[in-house]
Amino acid sequence: MQTTPTTNDEAPLRFKTWVASGDPWIWITGSGVTISLIAVVGLLLLMAIRGMGHFWPSDVMRTSYQDANGTTTVIVGELVESEEVTAARVRDSGYQPADGKTFLRRDLIKIGNRDAFSQDFRWLLVDRMGPVSYPKELLVLERREWGNAYGALVAVKENGQLVASGNSAWAELQRRVERTHSLFTEIHGIEKSEIGAINYAIERLRLKERGLERTGQLTAVAALEIKEDRAKYQADYSDVQKRLGVLYAEIRRDSITLRISDGSEREISLAKVVRVYRPNDMGVVAKIRFYCEKLWEFVSDEPRESNTEGGIFPAIFGTVLMVVVMSILVMPLGVMAAVYLREYAKQGLLTRLVRIAVNNLAGVPSVVYGVFGLGFFVYFMGGRIDQLFFSEALPAPTFGTPGLLWSSVVLALLTLPVVIVSTEEGLTRIPRSIREGSLALGATQAETLWRVVLPMAAPGIMTGLILSVARAAGEVAPLMMVGVVKLAPSLPLDSNFPFLHLDRKFMHMGFHIYDVGFQSPNVEAARPLVYATALLLVVVVIVLNIAAIHMRNRLRERYRGAE
Amino acid sequence: MTASLNRRPPELAALVPQSSKRDLNQADICLEVQNLDLYYGDKQALRGVNLRIARHQVTAFIGPSGCGKSTLLRCFNRMNDLVDGVRVDGRILMNGSDINARGVDVAALRRRVGMVFQKPNPLPKSIYENVAYGLRLQGINSRRLLDEVVERSLRGAALWDEVKDRLNDSALGLSGGQQQRLVIARAIAIEPEVLLLDEPASALDPISTLKIEELIYELKGNYTILIVTHNMQQAARVSDYTAFMYLGEMVEYDDTNTLFTNPAKQQTEDYVTGRYG
Repeated sequence: MQTTPTTNDEAPLRFKTWVASGDPWIWITGSGVTISLIAVVGLLLLMAIRGMGHFWPSDVMRTSYQDANGTTTVIVGELVESEEVTAARVRDSGYQPADGKTFLRRDLIKIGNRDAFSQDFRWLLVDRMGPVSYPKELLVLERREWGNAYGALVAVKENGQLVASGNSAWAELQRRVERTHSLFTEIHGIEKSEIGAINYAIERLRLKERGLERTGQLTAVAALEIKEDRAKYQADYSDVQKRLGVLYAEIRRDSITLRISDGSEREISLAKVVRVYRPNDMGVVAKIRFYCEKLWEFVSDEPRESNTEGGIFPAIFGTVLMVVVMSILVMPLGVMAAVYLREYAKQGLLTRLVRIAVNNLAGVPSVVYGVFGLGFFVYFMGGRIDQLFFSEALPAPTFGTPGLLWSSVVLALLTLPVVIVSTEEGLTRIPRSIREGSLALGATQAETLWRVVLPMAAPGIMTGLILSVARAAGEVAPLMMVGVVKLAPSLPLDSNFPFLHLDRKFMHMGFHIYDVGFQSPNVEAARPLVYATALLLVVVVIVLNIAAIHMRNRLRERYRGAE
Repeated sequence: MTASLNRRPPELAALVPQSSKRDLNQADICLEVQNLDLYYGDKQALRGVNLRIARHQVTAFIGPSGCGKSTLLRCFNRMNDLVDGVRVDGRILMNGSDINARGVDVAALRRRVGMVFQKPNPLPKSIYENVAYGLRLQGINSRRLLDEVVERSLRGAALWDEVKDRLNDSALGLSGGQQQRLVIARAIAIEPEVLLLDEPASALDPISTLKIEELIYELKGNYTILIVTHNMQQAARVSDYTAFMYLGEMVEYDDTNTLFTNPAKQQTEDYVTGRYG
């Protein structure tokens, strides 16, 4: 309130004046904006803090801990989070809390070594912890299986023979990890590209043979040709296998001995190790470098350990590719429909009904589109396409199974109303005088449409595209039925002809969030990745939108004076 | 036919010496309107209009707002086709053939009957492309030919000197008067026989108006010009013939001098002297 009433008579009058002045209205509308802003910023901050903090190499602590049954164990691990719990809950889990305390603090420690302890996170009551230290020599091993290992390095071995131990072991280990890493990259490359290509070629050969067989055109000459080709591919394959065999022997050469917190020593092959580091020994600069490396791995690498480790590159790629294919499908369809509705159809009851129907389509729950897509596109249309064009592969379906194409088609259908409505708005905004100007020069309606109306409606069309991209990139429910998988063996775009494989299943960031968050065997390990993936999804949507908005603004600039 | 067109009472005709006035009977007729009725749905906008337009002359249409002069003008290039629910009875002959006949190519008709609208409506393209638009529609893409026509048309519309250095700039950056002359250049680029001007200067300042009027005077040699205007001085200045319309009817049609100085009808006199309308 601006004023405090001085007398009783004045108060209602002042309040009335204040209301009449419109000030309350400004406050109400302003608070609407503020709440929206706080919600958006809060959400982004939550995702950023929870997700991005995950990649920071936190220090590894060593402490002792007294169990419920009185035995004391050594604990080595990273502090993940800390919270207050009620004494009652502590009592329920078998501990006897100190008297007089209603709340107790407990820490979540990532102890790793899942192969030894069968769990890699533990809640520990702070009261029962011994003194905490951060010894510099503690090692973190990121492994391809069983999660992280924590412990002290005892020895480095080559073919089982001791190479280094004690103080020199760390330097030796770093060198050898480097070597193993480059070997791994080589093996991975060969397996992905060369073996992948050979398998793909052999499969095509098999389909060709079956196709010829079915049509009765498999002559002796053709059969011989196929046999020769196959032999050639087989030879290539065994060649590659031989090379791989050598590389595998090389990569298995080195191993280390690690002493973990319970005092036992474990032999770990370096082939299974992604990265080793000693966080307690790292300076800030080293940590920042490490952080950037991890972040880069997250956006550029494939997932490991049922999606709880590694990167999400296939999911980013799948999301973007699906949105692009969807845009290519939805744009012409939506624009054509809008042009007919606005430019050609006689405006009347029917067009009004069609418009209402189109607007209501936007309100249909997306999961309904998914079910429809599965029934109509995947099973019906896909099944027909398989019968007509891919009959040699049957009973294995090609398009009669969920895949990238059907996902894009379903999302195109889902976002069609948005494109139609915005395109129509764009078309309506074009002044009649401009159309008449074109027509008066002897242009037909079609020529006017192509040369004047559509270019001028382009900003409106782009608005539709922006909205549909934003919606499609975040959509998950329908995709679960028509093409998204937890882990796709190969990207839908590769170097094998025809390069773009619309029939393949793909990974998607939205589904990845759901999968990692709710279907993961290791919830604690996966949770930060949920936040990080969500943040990255937002970033991808923003990048796609900014690109589209940039294009729209350039178009708007060009036609600004005409409207 | 002649009788219905020549609304001038015989006694008035006798008063004016033949030599001092233009005679439609002797003129070369370009457009002829016969008993034209036009309906917007149930509303009748034109009632039994009869008119003969002389070739290479300027004919002005005057009358109060809503009297049907713009509607009549838009009949000549069939712009009314774009309006839903329009019905036209009667005939419009151009060089003797009915423009509303079945099988007439409307786009071809509009290439022969150019039009300039009340509000300048350049296309959202460059100045050059605006003028070249009509030619490109006809499939003419030769750069040399286009350059030639663009320059000739812009010169013809007295705009060349002002825009010759920025032909590739957007036409939307021109002033209102320049835009209107650009639209005229665009219209004459495709060399129509007839130019329809629908209040071409009503949105312009006096200097631009003057330029447009001078332009009309120059264009008259090559084009049959029909102009709708609210401005009676303008009609008197630029036109050879003037038609006064009221409530969808052609009240009086005569050579401009006669209509303004010695109108046959009281209604016309009241209007031109400013007593109503």
